[in-house]
Amino acid sequence: MTFAYPTESNKAHPARLSPDYKSTVKRSPSKPLIIMRHTLSELTGPVYGHETVRAGDSDLTTQHKSEPIGERIIVHGHVLDEDGRGVPNTLLEIWQANACGRYIHVRDQHPAPLDPNFTGAGRAESDGEGYYRFVTVKPGAYPWGNHHNAWRPAHIHFSVFGYSFVSRLVTQMYFPGDPLFPFDPIFNSVTDAKARERMVSAFDLENTQPEWALCYRFDIVLRGRNATPMETK
Amino acid sequence: MRETRPQGITPSQTVGPFFAYGMTPNGKYEWNDAFTSNLVTPDTAGERIRIEGRVFDGDGKSVPDCMLEIWQADASGNFADPKDKRALPNSKFRGFGRCGTDANGDYAFDTIKPGSVPDPDGKPQAPHILLAIFARGMLLHNYTRIYLEGEASNAADPVLALVPSDRRATLIAKRAADGNGVYRFDIHLQGDNETVFFEV
Repeated sequence: MTFAYPTESNKAHPARLSPDYKSTVKRSPSKPLIIMRHTLSELTGPVYGHETVRAGDSDLTTQHKSEPIGERIIVHGHVLDEDGRGVPNTLLEIWQANACGRYIHVRDQHPAPLDPNFTGAGRAESDGEGYYRFVTVKPGAYPWGNHHNAWRPAHIHFSVFGYSFVSRLVTQMYFPGDPLFPFDPIFNSVTDAKARERMVSAFDLENTQPEWALCYRFDIVLRGRNATPMETK
Repeated sequence: MRETRPQGITPSQTVGPFFAYGMTPNGKYEWNDAFTSNLVTPDTAGERIRIEGRVFDGDGKSVPDCMLEIWQADASGNFADPKDKRALPNSKFRGFGRCGTDANGDYAFDTIKPGSVPDPDGKPQAPHILLAIFARGMLLHNYTRIYLEGEASNAADPVLALVPSDRRATLIAKRAADGNGVYRFDIHLQGDNETVFFEV
């Protein structure tokens, strides 16, 4: 199958300059981007070996001597292309704060405790149908310095590759019904309400494991659609 | 295929300030690196080069919390991706690298000089490396290309030709004076010397 990557799909993304998120003011381009055709360089992308994802990398609750503190959750879903087909064997990387809202990063100064049993990093490869699954703990909200009383809604950072270098996506998965949504300039940098909803996971009772963990479903749609639709008939 | 076609792609969000322990741990955290800034494998054919530089914001301040990713062809102009039907799996060279900037905003990739890759019309492009730039304050990564100073084919490159001539130099990595394969490529996210970024 040959994939095409219409640049129109990029309209779902936030504007690079979104002044309510103050750090964008000095880090966004001030000159127009140059529009170019995709060449083989843009239409190909990295392939990683099986050594990239080790056994256990997708379970963030079993990387240390004991289990981390917090609400154990399952996060699963499909990586899809723009036609809704699963993207097989693609790498997903996640990182997140612990249940108290503290990152293990050396520069995170939020006065909430670190958890010796939680690093907060994970990896998985989607299966032949594009399906992936992580086990982790629900991250906490945390304050940041963007404006007075600024708090980030709880989120998990996702990094996904897809079929080509232009399908590359780094995003954040949010949790349904978070009361901080209306006040978060990063979440609201996506101005289309329907596009914003695609960053919010859905509570998944059917796949919640009784006596063990709540489940959230998060499908990720990457750029790329079939450029040769007649061939599928 | 699923019953309902997606209504659109998942929007991008910033990588934030705290990605290093997951994405570029580099021995500083209890997590291994999926990718590194050294793309060279022992069996890689081609001229060894080093691309190094610093990332600057619109005030000219260095950016110490930036993540850079590169993607390139091998020395014969083939990509390590089955979608490149011309490619021969004759090397472990993967063509992909990742690097976080350090406290000074500096980065460096060790790689090889890529071969020429055709454009959609079959016209040769000058050797180039694709670069994606992620950082706090960047809600969507920027794409650019690294070309190499001294390549005669730069003059006829169809993508460079799209760039206004007074901005073209921002895309060409400067060869170090001693000619030891080191090229300098600074990245200016904004301002007078702003690096050319592409809408792809």
